[in-house]
Amino acid sequence: MNKDYSDIIKRNALKPKYLKNFIIAFVTGGLIGIFGQGLADIYVNLLDLSRDAANSLMSVTLILISALLTGFGVWDYFGAFAGAGAFVPITGFANAMTSAALEGKSEGITLGIGSGMFKLAGSVIAFGCASAYIVGILRYIFFGA
Amino acid sequence: MIYLNAFLVAGVICGIGQFLVDRFKLTPGHITSWFVVAGVVLDSFNLYDKLIQFSGAGALVPITSFGHSLLHGALARSEDLGLLGIGMGMFDITASGITAAIIFSFLVALIFKPKG
Repeated sequence: MNKDYSDIIKRNALKPKYLKNFIIAFVTGGLIGIFGQGLADIYVNLLDLSRDAANSLMSVTLILISALLTGFGVWDYFGAFAGAGAFVPITGFANAMTSAALEGKSEGITLGIGSGMFKLAGSVIAFGCASAYIVGILRYIFFGA
Repeated sequence: MIYLNAFLVAGVICGIGQFLVDRFKLTPGHITSWFVVAGVVLDSFNLYDKLIQFSGAGALVPITSFGHSLLHGALARSEDLGLLGIGMGMFDITASGITAAIIFSFLVALIFKPKG
């Protein structure tokens, strides 16, 4: 009985469309990459910034765009369409923070917005900081800086 | 040429993320968190720097570069300050991005109304 049931579930479960989703994420993520490269090149040529500063400003620009689109409610549609193409780039980090902050708005500025904004993005910072600390110490000990 | 490389590298990283979501039923939170760790690990062998040289923003835009920047800032400071520098330099490079994300999301949350 149990086996039959799981067979039925397996047969009727929606198969994720691996290839289609992969291509959509590939193309949208790739386009964001091209857009970022274009922005950085513009900043280098027009604003006379160093490559590092231009890259940094490029990230900030993408974060601003993504935060604004989240505020306007447009990002949800793009995110649902693009999947990983939207959340793997730095835009996804900004979207995670902005949407969590917006969601918490009803609970007040301090606890809702202020602490709520890290609800989703917090793990990225925590994991990044912890792993970089461990790897950094190991590398310092074994290879010098 | 760098634009083509940027497209391909950013695309492949996002594609891998999408495959992991579909195959292992992971949430975007899992993917981004572990991709940051992957960026740290790749940077520890200086592989990520090569990827950035090859594809520019193609490697800088995905969240993996966040991990790479964390480790880079930490190691750069530790050249002068030793182990203490790892903590002090951790957020050197990513500071502008994190600051921007906090400021913009705070302002957007103040100004806009949540949808749905």
